[in-house]
Amino acid sequence: MTTPTAALVSFKERRRAVRSRSIKPWYRNGSLMAGIIIVGLLVLVAVLAPVLAPYDPVAQHLTNALASPNAAHWLGTDKFGRDVLSRLIWGAQVDLRVGFLAVLIPFVVGSVLGAIAGYFGGWLDTVLMRIVDIFFAFPFYVMVIVLVFIFGSGEASIYIAIAAVSWVSYARIVRGEVLIAKKQDYVVAARLGGMSHARILVRHIGPNVLSQAIIYGMSDIVMDIMAIVTLGYLGLGINPPTAEWGSMINDGQEFITTLWQQATIPGLVVVITSLGLSWLGDGLSDLLSPERRK
Amino acid sequence: MSETPVLRVADITKTYHVNSSVLARLSRGDGRKSSLSALDGVDLQLNKGEILALVGESGSGKSTLAKILVGSTTPTSGEVDYHGAPMPLHRDKDASRRIQMVFQDPYSSLNPRISVGSMLKELLLLHKIVPRSEVRAESVRLLNLVGLEEDALQAYPSQFSGGQRQRIAIARALAVRPDILIADEPVSALDVSVQATILELFASLQRELGLSILFVAHNLAVVQHLSQRVAVMYLGRIVEVAETAELFRNPRHPYTRALIDSIPRMSAESINEEFVLEGEPPSPFDIPPGCRFNPRCPYASDACRTTDPALATVAPQHESACIRASELDVLAITLTQRTAGESAA
Repeated sequence: MTTPTAALVSFKERRRAVRSRSIKPWYRNGSLMAGIIIVGLLVLVAVLAPVLAPYDPVAQHLTNALASPNAAHWLGTDKFGRDVLSRLIWGAQVDLRVGFLAVLIPFVVGSVLGAIAGYFGGWLDTVLMRIVDIFFAFPFYVMVIVLVFIFGSGEASIYIAIAAVSWVSYARIVRGEVLIAKKQDYVVAARLGGMSHARILVRHIGPNVLSQAIIYGMSDIVMDIMAIVTLGYLGLGINPPTAEWGSMINDGQEFITTLWQQATIPGLVVVITSLGLSWLGDGLSDLLSPERRK
Repeated sequence: MSETPVLRVADITKTYHVNSSVLARLSRGDGRKSSLSALDGVDLQLNKGEILALVGESGSGKSTLAKILVGSTTPTSGEVDYHGAPMPLHRDKDASRRIQMVFQDPYSSLNPRISVGSMLKELLLLHKIVPRSEVRAESVRLLNLVGLEEDALQAYPSQFSGGQRQRIAIARALAVRPDILIADEPVSALDVSVQATILELFASLQRELGLSILFVAHNLAVVQHLSQRVAVMYLGRIVEVAETAELFRNPRHPYTRALIDSIPRMSAESINEEFVLEGEPPSPFDIPPGCRFNPRCPYASDACRTTDPALATVAPQHESACIRASELDVLAITLTQRTAGESAA
């Protein structure tokens, strides 16, 4: 069999042209790098907490309570004489872990349900989306606080509460993206290629719709850390005496006029964490958006 | 032609029911029809190894017919026969493999996140076309067949131009070894300079692989030198079918004449210059009684407004759905003279 006469297109030449005018590489993306550095440092601190923290975060020394920052305790001690810096470092472990895990569950559940609703449509879509609407009707914090109240405070009930409330956002985002993607001709082509619905959904539609959910997930981690901190502040979060930023702010606020750093420093750390995650999400959205590949 | 056509559709209709809620019906108040007839009794056959062009305006139902042929839409009534046997309504892996499609938009038809190589590999393995060890060689063969080089395997669709994407889409369709290719306006989204090379590719695929191709187009000029036969479609029905040369030489339906006249030419001659098709096709919600072309037809008589003509043989291998098919040449001359007289006066 001979090759058709149509000129063989030198693809290499074209690829070179595309590369040269392509968007800056990922390491040149300012917000992505800032996000990676901040979040990376925080994760490092959390992982190395046992090494980095100078004191046991829960050991009480009532004789040395409410010390001002000094050489031995850089950020002073709280009302039970616990080292504030050590609690801050151990708090990173708890808050980041809860933040990431509390996003993972709703991310998976919401994306799967949203994808199924969007792809198959019909009554399944109607039922699922009406349930989503019901969940959306309640304010986030009200729902979370009620659920944590029902399940009792502690890490597990925080996961359940946040997952129960925030899966709906992922379901909505992924459903919308699937609705767009399933009308594309490449989905029709995949059907003509004899592929099953499951294969099309996972391999052909999935990679095209998940980037939006991942980007949202980054900002959701921020939301969840704020929620944990808020719950901790309200006394509904992680059980004391575990070191956690929210409860540290709560503990420190009594002494805001004399020992301002006890409430303010954990608060600043929360702000920096949020900023880092937001930048990371922003950078990821640049990186994952399909336009980058066009 | 006694041989069984590779593909044959008989009396296909496709009606879409527009969602008319109670509220919408109340607010409209009138008894307007809420069903749209995209295809209204289509008979067509594709012979082995031929390129059949399906030509019509936007909204004539040609894309709907293409979708029914590949099985991605089910017809309201009628059936699709493949080699003389009816195709099941829901095709399995092997049934859908036999009739493949090339889409109009080469941008939406390729998955932006799957490389050309893995796209072909998936199909080759899924249908067990070649053993795993030969997948690469087969993929390269497919790429060469459509005029691309091996280095395209690692690339993603975004790295290609529109014409190259269409070649990749054709390679994908050929990967599963179909014997029928449905091409839904495969060149209308491409630059004119690229169109010719893709048309040439289709011609060579027909020559070398013996593929039977249904080539959908909205323009007769595109298919004039490509297809063996042409079917002209108007408002959900085939109005004329003939061999390409015969159709251009001796069009037997006023609509076909209008299409031929609308082809831009360098010379001033044409069958009749005065006949310019005016207006848009009527709404498929509200198909006119009688011949569906009568409101736009310069030769429409009273009979045309009452009888709905079926396709009838007007010459060997030539069918037309016009009750005045045999008078058209005379009528055209009269019309030319009349308009000439008007412009002189």
